[in-house]
Amino acid sequence: MSEEAVDLTGQALDRGFLNALAPAKEKLRICIQCGTCTASCANAYAMDYTPRQLWHMIRLGLKDEVLNSKTLWLCSICYSCTLYCPRGIPLTETIGTLKRLAVSEGIQKYKESRNFYRAVVDTVRRHGRMDEVEVMIRYFLSTNPFMAVGYAPLALTLLSKGKVSLSLPKVGGLGRLDRLFRKVEELEGKL
Amino acid sequence: MKYSYYPGCSLEGTAREYNVSTRAVMRELGVEFEELEDWNCCGASAAETVSYLLSLVLPARNLALAEQVNSDGQVIVSCSACYVNFRKVEERVREDPELLETINQALSVDGLMYTGKARVRHLLDVIANGVGPEAIADRVKQPLTGLRVAPYYGCQTVRPYSPFDAPDFPESMDRVLAALGAQVHPNPMKAKCCGGTLLTTKREVGLKLVSDLLQAVEGADCIATVCPLCQMNLDAYQGLVSQKLGQPVSIPILYLTQLLGLAFGLPEEQLGLNYNIVPFKSLSAKLAG
Repeated sequence: MSEEAVDLTGQALDRGFLNALAPAKEKLRICIQCGTCTASCANAYAMDYTPRQLWHMIRLGLKDEVLNSKTLWLCSICYSCTLYCPRGIPLTETIGTLKRLAVSEGIQKYKESRNFYRAVVDTVRRHGRMDEVEVMIRYFLSTNPFMAVGYAPLALTLLSKGKVSLSLPKVGGLGRLDRLFRKVEELEGKL
Repeated sequence: MKYSYYPGCSLEGTAREYNVSTRAVMRELGVEFEELEDWNCCGASAAETVSYLLSLVLPARNLALAEQVNSDGQVIVSCSACYVNFRKVEERVREDPELLETINQALSVDGLMYTGKARVRHLLDVIANGVGPEAIADRVKQPLTGLRVAPYYGCQTVRPYSPFDAPDFPESMDRVLAALGAQVHPNPMKAKCCGGTLLTTKREVGLKLVSDLLQAVEGADCIATVCPLCQMNLDAYQGLVSQKLGQPVSIPILYLTQLLGLAFGLPEEQLGLNYNIVPFKSLSAKLAG
């Protein structure tokens, strides 16, 4: 893909943004902007900012643009950029940190991705394990119940194959990992 | 040595054929293992979007359970997404003893403690390197002669942690398939990404990845996988890929363990072949003939 110049004149800068990205921050400083990450990314063509652009925007302090970027939610976590980065920067993990920041700052864009992950985490908290059907139901309800229609053919295939069933898992009952999740929240100062 | 076995959530749901075929094949190979009691979800790719600590505590809880069984035991993990999360916590606590302490503060609510001694092995690693091609070849009763199998490793099986194979062009599964008598079909995209959860959250982008992968192995009779998300993405979306490409695409996507079972002469029902979406029967004829 071709990379277009991004007009950043007049954008608000947050000089402390890089520091929020510990432990990768020191390494992001040594990015040489070679673009190997972008070249190795199978989804770069669909992103609003390429990976290479994103790292530099972080260093410039363009926090809002970065946290609102579609790029975060198009990373399929394949670790190609991490493997090939000649500077050894943990790039894939940085995307994870950015997603977490976007979620904690309440960024409203790309809610379908955010809601999907939330559905997984809530299901695991309740059952200890991921019931795939419950995840999808939570996801549809939190995003748009009508989107279930688009998944109906797949759901029917899976049901008819006996790959999924509509019953909930029996292990441990409700809130099986509640105590563990609460303790983690406490340790992270969220309680 | 007896392994602990962590099947992971998918193997109780959409990937149940991976679970049954793994058990059947391990029995046949004489690999002793026991499912971890009370295991929990590893957090998948979701936990890290909510909390860094949670993304480490969830896999660590399972490793703590494994250490209760055997303080320096080995844990077989069959799903590559789980494998990455387990390996991540292994690496992090080795670098950062304080982090291990924090993780253990969390685990204490369940009366558990993780020391970092348990060792995680991908199922592919155990099959290809623990058992090895020679011992596998010894068990083959019905060689997969003439079957062109394209190995597909996916991304997280070998990246970013690849203690047992090359991170960009792995070969361990190729050797196993050759030991079964199969013809290993060249797959230039063997370690590229299947899209993971993008098929759910950003379907068009995910479909392009799947369709590129399926086109890359044109001429193969089937694809062998070792990850439930790879299998699901390649198997369940072939109808949509056909629409997208304007030409029919239909290629069975089997778990490596199902192919092992077939070569060992195990009955099809022990291998869960009825659960694969693109039917396997086109291959049965080829194998019989």
